[in-house]
Amino acid sequence: MKKVAIIDYAMGNLDSVARAIEECRGEPVITGRAEDLKEANYIILPGVGAFGDGMRNIRELGLEQTIKEEVLQKEIPFLGICLGMQLLASRGYEDGETAGLDLIPGEVVRFEPDGPGVKVPHIGWNEVVLKRPHPLFRNIPSEKDFYFVHSYHFACKNREDILCLTPYCGNFVSAVNRKNVIGVQFHPEKSLQLGLKLLSNFLSL
Amino acid sequence: MIKTRIIPILLYKNFTLVKGVRFDSWRRVGSLLQAIKVYRLREVDELIFLDISATQEGRSPDFRLVDDFADECLMPLTVGGGVRKVEDVKTLLRCGADKVAINSAAFEEPEMIREAARKFGSQCIVISIDFKRSADGKHEVFIHSGTKPTGKEPILFAKEVEQLGAGEILLTSIDRDGTMEGYDTELIQAVADAVSIPVIASGGAGSYDHMLEVLVKGKASAVAAASIYHFTQMTPLETKHFLREKGIQVRI
Repeated sequence: MKKVAIIDYAMGNLDSVARAIEECRGEPVITGRAEDLKEANYIILPGVGAFGDGMRNIRELGLEQTIKEEVLQKEIPFLGICLGMQLLASRGYEDGETAGLDLIPGEVVRFEPDGPGVKVPHIGWNEVVLKRPHPLFRNIPSEKDFYFVHSYHFACKNREDILCLTPYCGNFVSAVNRKNVIGVQFHPEKSLQLGLKLLSNFLSL
Repeated sequence: MIKTRIIPILLYKNFTLVKGVRFDSWRRVGSLLQAIKVYRLREVDELIFLDISATQEGRSPDFRLVDDFADECLMPLTVGGGVRKVEDVKTLLRCGADKVAINSAAFEEPEMIREAARKFGSQCIVISIDFKRSADGKHEVFIHSGTKPTGKEPILFAKEVEQLGAGEILLTSIDRDGTMEGYDTELIQAVADAVSIPVIASGGAGSYDHMLEVLVKGKASAVAAASIYHFTQMTPLETKHFLREKGIQVRI
């Protein structure tokens, strides 16, 4: 069985992620305990909310160290979704400046509208353009639409960490990847069939 | 490019789905779970669920109900009705809502909006603004499912809630609601121009042309509709084929 730890740090839509993982034949465990992360075959960091609160909650639960050990030493496949992707960055500027998990170098900054009538937050379906092949996107063509709902985005420091781009206020980084660490800005658990396909692919890593 | 969303609205009252005319004359339109299953199969862009009697009955949102059906969604979901506290927002997000719609409390307890936006991010705070046009042509915001006047002008109110941290506005014309006579494109455009957050047009959709008009002239970011999907043969998918022909970017 594929044991999937979904990190519960009081930030958002954990049930939807768990439900989607069940549809993909994974065994989700919603948890805020370090022991559960250590037992899992896969770890997902979901999240809706502000960067500052998110990091504070992870630190208060004492999970920062465990996450880093699991990811960097044991190389467990790790997926950050939405805020969970943003927390992979070095720092974020939502609700003050806060240090992130620093697993992928970069900063999380607010969208700057690049023309009149351009709305922030970025809410809705938009295409995800694959910059390099990755098994997460097996049988998912480039430029397919996924669901986004966010005001901040991940500005990557290194080009090689960029997995996908999406056109909005210029192009922003909609997925990052370094080794076993992946982050997606969109919500696969809310992107219907294609989203489930992506999560199934994650459970095959 | 971001796609224009076509959003069916589900109104919930007395344990069933309903649809009315001008926030009155409610008719039953079927089972909630059935509707959600159908919309999931049809892969709609997003759903808005509003429990329209919660505030009037002084109830909190029915968290158990939301928890049950949200799990079936696997598509974007906005939930509203009876949201009065920051804690309500937190619980609904946890139950599986992606965004939480707030109507009466946005007027009565504006500080709650600021706090919820700070805590959970603006992107999940939708302010639902219901308005009426009076005989002298002025617009006024109503709360408590359209039963309570506020004396507020909707454009001004929209700017205020944006300042408080709202991430989106669901803008409903009470006069047009359920009439299928077309959106109040003029006011929707005025609000869309006044704020830099997305505006969802609601109230009055009766044809695909109405939707096109409110998107092009009204500058809405998304269109919501209920009656045409409950009472006619029109579907969200057909809507999109029509809009695509007219040059609107949609997800098919």
